[in-house]
Amino acid sequence: MFGYYINLALHSLRRNPILTALMVLAIGLGIGASMTMITVLHVMSGDPLPDRSGQLYYPHLDPWPAPHDRSANPHAGDNLTLPDALSLLRAQRAPLQAAMSGAAVSIRTEQGGARPSLETGHYVTADFFSMFGVPFHAGSGWTRADDEQRARVIALGSTLNRKLFGDTPSVGKIVRLGDADFRVIGVLDDWHPQPLFYADVDGRAFGKADEFFLPLQTALDLKLGFNGHLSCRGDGDDDRTSDRCSWLQFWVKLENPAQVASYTQFLADYWRQQQAHGRFPQPVNPQLYRLMDWLAYKNVVPSDVRLQLWLALGFLGVCMVDIVGLLLAKFLRRSNEISVRRALGAKRRHVFVQFGTEAAAIGVAGGVLGLLIAELGLWSVRQRPDGYAQLANMDVSMLLGTFLLAVFTSVLAGLLPAWRASRIAPAIQLKAQ
Amino acid sequence: MNLRPILSSLTRHKLTVLLLVLQVALTCGIVCNVAFMIADRVTQMNQASGVAEDELVMIDSIDVDARTNPLARHTEDLAALRGIAGMRSVVAVDALPFNANDWTSSLDTQPDSDINQAIASVYNGTPGELRTLGLHLVEGRDFLPGEYLPVDSANNGAGLGQVSTAIVTRALADKLFPGRSALGRSIYPFSRPARIVGIVDHLLRPGPHETGSNDYSALFPLLPDTAEVTYVMRTSPQDRERVLQAAATLLAKVDGNRIIRRPQTFEQMRADHFHRDRTMVGMLLAAAAALAFVTAVAIAGLAHFWVQQRRRTIGIRRAIGATRGDILHYFQLENFLIVSGGIVLGLLLAMLLNLLLMKHYELPRLPLFYLPIGAVVLWTLGQLAVLGPALRASNVPPVVATRSV
Repeated sequence: MFGYYINLALHSLRRNPILTALMVLAIGLGIGASMTMITVLHVMSGDPLPDRSGQLYYPHLDPWPAPHDRSANPHAGDNLTLPDALSLLRAQRAPLQAAMSGAAVSIRTEQGGARPSLETGHYVTADFFSMFGVPFHAGSGWTRADDEQRARVIALGSTLNRKLFGDTPSVGKIVRLGDADFRVIGVLDDWHPQPLFYADVDGRAFGKADEFFLPLQTALDLKLGFNGHLSCRGDGDDDRTSDRCSWLQFWVKLENPAQVASYTQFLADYWRQQQAHGRFPQPVNPQLYRLMDWLAYKNVVPSDVRLQLWLALGFLGVCMVDIVGLLLAKFLRRSNEISVRRALGAKRRHVFVQFGTEAAAIGVAGGVLGLLIAELGLWSVRQRPDGYAQLANMDVSMLLGTFLLAVFTSVLAGLLPAWRASRIAPAIQLKAQ
Repeated sequence: MNLRPILSSLTRHKLTVLLLVLQVALTCGIVCNVAFMIADRVTQMNQASGVAEDELVMIDSIDVDARTNPLARHTEDLAALRGIAGMRSVVAVDALPFNANDWTSSLDTQPDSDINQAIASVYNGTPGELRTLGLHLVEGRDFLPGEYLPVDSANNGAGLGQVSTAIVTRALADKLFPGRSALGRSIYPFSRPARIVGIVDHLLRPGPHETGSNDYSALFPLLPDTAEVTYVMRTSPQDRERVLQAAATLLAKVDGNRIIRRPQTFEQMRADHFHRDRTMVGMLLAAAAALAFVTAVAIAGLAHFWVQQRRRTIGIRRAIGATRGDILHYFQLENFLIVSGGIVLGLLLAMLLNLLLMKHYELPRLPLFYLPIGAVVLWTLGQLAVLGPALRASNVPPVVATRSV
């Protein structure tokens, strides 16, 4: 019986080839646009460290007075000052903790044959590597003692390592940053968490991975180049070491709810203690953001991308209304045929299934087209010069999702017309002719 | 033409008509807002930066050796760069509109107070910055040679606390001293006063800021003295590429031990800065076109079915004396009524969507003139879409009336 319905559906669709094509095109466009944007949003909202993110937290201590006007940057208090970061670091109340900042320095090898190049990386403290599970190809990170002694050591990313040393082993060799010499202590495997959650993520959270890591306090000592926002309050110059300037990011690893609770308590105590020294004028309100919550709070997905998704979904909605209307008009046009079938003994559900099949046929064709259009859409997203562009690929789950969305949409769109067609009474239509 | 038969025929297809009205309404609501967003983006992209955009080229130089004296390095580089044929003038600066090197500072109008304070971007450069950038001085004068000091970046920009004069944009002057002339008045970057000696009409800030504050810039007679500096060169539009290449070669010859980066024209930098907005405008245009297409398909498709369904009725009307024009106009008028219904609903939807966008995406209020434009566009779209089926209807011969189906 079902085979017969499919035959009927195909026959009916062939009667109006242009209109059928236009319906398939409309639903394909709607699904293609939606799936492109859903995929982009899906990859951008992904977890950069899936097996660790549940235990990583960002302590949020806003050292500034409450903003007095609404248009002020709501993220002004997200970074820490150096004295606060060092206090949290030295207190060691979490199993692992690290302070960090963006870095940009010129790097070359000791021999100096090649021209120096400007590279971006991060200044971090010792726990960074074990906390985030950074994979090393050779060597390792440094120790907390190295931090305090301002050791001149550097861990290289795989790309920069290849650029500087080719395929020869580089651990123990010397690289020159500006005019200071650093010993290579480790070389990373490929490690590209996206978004770059630990960076000062305002603005550019996706894109190039870090090329090197070296101790934060060594960088401060040597006044190496920093990257990222530096926000200073009060009169005086922009001194990174002062407690008037915030610019550091800070992460802690907390393994269970008890540790989270006691760390929150520690932060509150720290806040009160600072208030006693005339700092932290706002009411005591330390926050601990879990990694994924932090990304949501920092709006790493650009508002343009979210707007594009809404636009695509709105478009899909219009396409659905379009299909419902067209199928309805088409089915009702065949009222005679339906009433004859009904008069010959077809049940309502038979008519319903027959027309439902026709709607589903359009849906499946639209879904296939939508998939092609989505691939085209993602290709065009990959051509954008944005950092997230390269992530825009469809995985198996998104592929299945597209197809389900297509069938679901068109069946949904076909239900109403099919139902309406099945309500046609046998006798009246026959009489009317 | 009498509307009654049309209306009574429409009531026989309530559900279908309702769907079409809904579709036109959705399209109208979305397209009005999309058009407005496009206009909003295009306005942003066309903002005047205040500089002579088609005559400027830039190149960054980063010293590698920490023992280099940046001030001496800049003087030497500038002298060399001035020798390039076709070079009108050249300066060393730390920031430019769109280059994202944004040093913002709060500026007070009284020492140690928050009254009238504004957050502005600070521009520093060597003598001649005003002339090289092509800034338009509307009041006052340029800095005098004796007023220049180093930024003192080794001490975290302490120079800003020592500076005695400043030039501000018109927008910043109005913000700091509303209703009064700002010329000759003092501002306080730190605790010492700097007198405003000049006002320029525009100078966009290096990075994006809240709407309304994009032009809050202040120039100070401070000489950049960091390892990284941008040389801005002014030349004639057709000489830009040549001057840029000559500058890169020359800087490498003066001192090879440095990084020379990002040689580009100002126009390239502007284009890079706005690439996201261009993508967005493209997306919005595509969305509007796709919506219009889908709606046209719906209108044409429905009309097509209705014409098929009514062939006999049309034949009868023709047989009892209706002209082809009558049939044509019937379908056109019917379409006009349905689309009008959709437009009424669509305009309400447009306002509603705009409220949502204002809340979540900081879009301004939709100007009312978008609504009649949207209505006219949809009416036209409807009439164009219905024309084909309506013409086919008008060609139905009267003899159809005598056939049984």
